[in-house]
Amino acid sequence: MSTSLLLLLIVVIGFIAYFSGRSRSLALAGGKLSNLHSLPGYHGSYVAIWAMLPAALVLGTWLIAAPIYIDSSTRAALPDTVQSQGAASLQLALGQVKSVAGGLLRLSGEEVAALESGAANLRSTLAAKGVALAGEGEPYMIAAAQHFNTMTVTNRWLMSAVVLLIAVVGGIYAIRNVAARFRARNQVERVILGSLIVASSIAILTTVGIVTSMLSEAGRFFTMVSPFEFFFGTVWDPRFAAAGSGGASGQFGLIPLLAGTLYIAFVAMLFAVPIGLFAAIYMAEYASPRLRSTAKPLLEVLAGIPTIVYGFFALVTVGPFLRDISAQLNGLVTGNYQNFIQAQSVVTAGIVMGIMLIPFVSSLSDDIITQVPRALRDGSLGLGATRSETVKKVILPAALPGIVGALLLTASRAVGETMIVVLAAGVAARMQINPFEPMTTVTVKIVNQLTGDLEFTSPQTLVAFALGITLFVITLGLNIYALYIVRKYREQYE
Amino acid sequence: MNIMSEAAVEKALDQKMNTVPFKMIGKDVSVYYGEKRALFDVNLNIRENTVTALIGPSGCGKSTFLRTLNRMNDTIENCRVTGKITLDEDDIYDPTIDVVELRARVGMVFQKPNPFPKSIYDNVAYGPRIHGLARTKADFDEVVETSLHKAGLWNEVKDRLHEPGTGLSGGQQQRLCIARAVAVSPEVILMDEPCSALDPIATAKVEELIHELRTNFTIVIVTHSMQQAARVSQRTAMFHLGNLVEENDTDKMFTNPDDQRTQDYIMGRFG
Repeated sequence: MSTSLLLLLIVVIGFIAYFSGRSRSLALAGGKLSNLHSLPGYHGSYVAIWAMLPAALVLGTWLIAAPIYIDSSTRAALPDTVQSQGAASLQLALGQVKSVAGGLLRLSGEEVAALESGAANLRSTLAAKGVALAGEGEPYMIAAAQHFNTMTVTNRWLMSAVVLLIAVVGGIYAIRNVAARFRARNQVERVILGSLIVASSIAILTTVGIVTSMLSEAGRFFTMVSPFEFFFGTVWDPRFAAAGSGGASGQFGLIPLLAGTLYIAFVAMLFAVPIGLFAAIYMAEYASPRLRSTAKPLLEVLAGIPTIVYGFFALVTVGPFLRDISAQLNGLVTGNYQNFIQAQSVVTAGIVMGIMLIPFVSSLSDDIITQVPRALRDGSLGLGATRSETVKKVILPAALPGIVGALLLTASRAVGETMIVVLAAGVAARMQINPFEPMTTVTVKIVNQLTGDLEFTSPQTLVAFALGITLFVITLGLNIYALYIVRKYREQYE
Repeated sequence: MNIMSEAAVEKALDQKMNTVPFKMIGKDVSVYYGEKRALFDVNLNIRENTVTALIGPSGCGKSTFLRTLNRMNDTIENCRVTGKITLDEDDIYDPTIDVVELRARVGMVFQKPNPFPKSIYDNVAYGPRIHGLARTKADFDEVVETSLHKAGLWNEVKDRLHEPGTGLSGGQQQRLCIARAVAVSPEVILMDEPCSALDPIATAKVEELIHELRTNFTIVIVTHSMQQAARVSQRTAMFHLGNLVEENDTDKMFTNPDDQRTQDYIMGRFG
């Protein structure tokens, strides 16, 4: 019986369980629902849960455990000569046995008999049926494959029988529990609570898993390049990982990348914070509801634009524009029409990233400003303060912690942003302070190191994990600090 | 010369009430929230150095009327006021009137204590600072101290002027808000149910304070408590469904009102 059929059967049993639990409770109620502790639907769900949940759990565990058991059993059935050849060839033999097993299922009885007696060639017989074998195939493989097939079939039947039995037994057990004063509602709600907990732990465990894998890969990198050299190195020159060179010739200094990242993020914030904040103040305090209801979504559309599109915009519009206008300016002032802003530069990336960040700043700040209680506004206006005095002296100071939190969240986005800087910032890992020259960022270098066909053994690729974990720690720190501030601010008005 | 008891002085004062000049005159005041009309041609005059209580069931328009007196309704979207309100002859809805200046003359204390998230000192100094009423540190210190004295709060807070105003108890916060309003030296103080969020002891203190403030300010107070209206006010106006039902001396209102609806409301038959 196939797994999907089995699942379907479990669901059918669940339905039957639901309705029988429900009708049993209705019968017990004797026409008066208030005799029951829980509504009939809860009794039905309780029985259905008992019918389906244990069966589904056993099925899941079985599906994971059975193949492992079958593999090891088949492996044990292989002759000793193969067993002694080491893990790699044993694995290879097992793979071949499995394909033979798949092929045998397509053969008729006589053909199998011919193979067993050695009268027919294993490889050619199977090839005729469309199963390609990697090697010639040994005679022992036929026996092993048959062992494998028998086990698989037995396993299937055993699994179906056990799972269905559990479903039926679970259902019957639950139905016997149904009684007028039975607290089915509480039981069902406990199961719901459990599923909520499972859902949230999946999210958390995934994060933990990602961090762990990054840490272990970064750990491998740090066995090849010393952490000191990575964190305090001022030269980024990874070279290429030539085969056999060991790849240790490159220099992996984080500092130039970090400097570029922070510099570009700083320029972006310099651009986004005043504009976004002023927009938020206007939206929250001055704009009429009609204007607000159209302008605010429009502003938030900016946040929905994919960052790669901002990248194009930087590459084909902003960059060349800045370059040309700098040439004109230079010409007007000195007579020498040489551009002083590169097309790919810190300002280009910073400005475009700033545009991308405006809606984040304005939307978050707007929420925070509108959260300031109306009573404070009225209090200030009632004392004869103007709107702008009220904003400046009461609302902004009250909202300040929240706004700072919002800005930190925005900054962590700026630090982690990739596509815009890949296209607009350039790839030169340099340390300099001229914003009109290209610089590069951590994210750009991660992209560079991981583009192309790579093997994940050389420091040239593994460095991406070290860069990634560094970036992760920075943004995580910013986020945690921002959330801490925002939460503290919320408490103030509760 | 015979010495009158305090009660007798009050009584004499109240009897003379009809001769007290008007500070604010409301003529045919109507208020609309969008399509909905909240006040219907209210004619109500506010007497100088008098506590006028506005009473009536919830939603009767008493708070709306109060807020027309310093144009706080301007801050509500879609709110429209018709009719005429004057403050010492000046039409406060005249386009040439600066609403900011008006609110400095007609201060307001709100239902819920709403101190700014600043220190006690800065709360009181807020108004004088924006209106330039004081210059030097000494001036400010003086304004803050006298205002806090007037609000009966000085002795409780003099040692912690630079702690946040939000850290005070509810009753103290409300008196801080009164001090904040007083610091601007307004002529009229509007109070919108100033005691509804306070416990009885704090309420008693605020009521006592209202009594004292009357000598320097004209006070209009909205209240849901009949007892409070009777205790603090000299004149009472009763609103019902957006109409002014009756306006009279408080004593008369609570003993022998002209209108049956006032009688019913005071007796607790509706509301």
